[in-house]
Amino acid sequence: MKYLSNVVSLKIIPELCVGCGTCLEVCPHKVFEMRDGKAAILDRDRCMECGACAGNCAFGAIEVDKGVGCASAIIHSLIYGGEPVCGCEGDSSGNKGCC
Amino acid sequence: MTRLKLKSTVGQKNGPLSPCCPASKQDLPAWVYGAVTTPAGPVLKVSTGLTGKDYWEHFKCRTTSFRNNYTVNPGLYAVGDPDKNSDVLVSSNYKYSFDILRRELNGLNVWVLVLDTKGINVWCAAGKGTFGTNELIGRIARVRLKEIVDHRRLIVPQLGAPGVSAYKVKQAAGFHVLFGPVLAKDLPAYIAAGHKATESMRKIGFSILDRLVLTPLELSPVMKKFILFTIFVFAVFGLTPSGIIFRDAISGGLPFVLLGFVSVIAGALLTPLLLPVIPFRSFAIKGWLVGLLSVYVSMKLFPMLDQQNILLIIIVYLFFPLVSSYLALLFTGSTTFTGMTGVKKELGISVPLYLGGTAISLIILVIYKLGEWRII
Ligand code: SF4
Ligand code: SF4
Repeated sequence: MKYLSNVVSLKIIPELCVGCGTCLEVCPHKVFEMRDGKAAILDRDRCMECGACAGNCAFGAIEVDKGVGCASAIIHSLIYGGEPVCGCEGDSSGNKGCC
Repeated sequence: MTRLKLKSTVGQKNGPLSPCCPASKQDLPAWVYGAVTTPAGPVLKVSTGLTGKDYWEHFKCRTTSFRNNYTVNPGLYAVGDPDKNSDVLVSSNYKYSFDILRRELNGLNVWVLVLDTKGINVWCAAGKGTFGTNELIGRIARVRLKEIVDHRRLIVPQLGAPGVSAYKVKQAAGFHVLFGPVLAKDLPAYIAAGHKATESMRKIGFSILDRLVLTPLELSPVMKKFILFTIFVFAVFGLTPSGIIFRDAISGGLPFVLLGFVSVIAGALLTPLLLPVIPFRSFAIKGWLVGLLSVYVSMKLFPMLDQQNILLIIIVYLFFPLVSSYLALLFTGSTTFTGMTGVKKELGISVPLYLGGTAISLIILVIYKLGEWRII
């Protein structure tokens, strides 16, 4: 399944990529492929912005606006401020347990 | 490695490495059955069998807020008889996840390093950063892992990758992080294959069963609000210039309460279940469609509402599909493929519509009541 098309904030900076392949390994949605020794985006609509690739690229070649794709977390952060995170604890967060 | 009698380990000065020093045997959970001695002290052994009690607790996690405080103590545990060359698996301290993990480790000899994720599963905790680089580095030092194993590898579940920067762990702690399969059940095959994950082990699925299991989480908080809705509806329909009339409350209000229930089921249960077959990618639109259709079918099957009253009909078709839409949108939190930017975009468009639709419905309801009272 895919979510909305063309909204994802994922970006590769090809000049920084050394083609180590780590991002291909950590991405749970097979967003990347190797093209001519560098990582390239195969299907950006599959990306859920989990940030695994960016956090594990030792060369800073990936940028993504990491966050949870969870409406209640986002609503909560809009009302009460702070980053949207999974609201798994406490009832006040209007949570529904993403777990 | 020799097995120690529990008695002798728990009273010891150094204490077992695993949980923080239980004072007596009674304090040890049922799934602990001994200890392994290591150069860094004894490590509790955990069984790979799950009991009826474990499964009952899992059920409660799925349906109630019981899950909010369902933890194991962070630290190192042993499964089977691990030694200096055995693999180290990293886990969260959400007891449910921990149980699923140990269940799949039957027959293996491995170490399990439980991070302090405040009782939250690996995936959510990795998003938050509690299942993260710093906690992992700190935990490796706390349990003195370097004295317990000779190798320098850790197997971190793939879903922990958003929180763990493998290269930073390597720099700071000297351990090489291998990202294991998404599902614990693939771990034995992954280890047997020499730490190689097949492509399918690396992908997150999202089956109809996954979705079904998640819907109770959606429904239970909504049901609390539904009670308030019911009270409101009965009050509105019962209200007459001469006080609240019970018969009017039921006859006028009941169809609304039932339709409200239909819209909740449509948004929080049907939409998640039928997700892949409902057209459009937007959750808000999916939910709205299913809500509209469900309300329409209910109206046709049970002509309970005064079908002549155009005002009530407008409210029914305006308000209830929006409820379904909103609930469907909330389900994005349970999916494995929605990203934050997309959800923000959906919210930006749909929340004004929800608020506007609700406001208009309320205004129409007031007009209806005034008409009923022959004020206008
Ligand atoms: S992890 Fe970074 S350097 Fe390695 S292939 Fe991916 S983008 Fe390139
Ligand atoms: S953010 Fe997550 S889903 Fe998106 S490309 Fe990176 S690893 Fe894959």
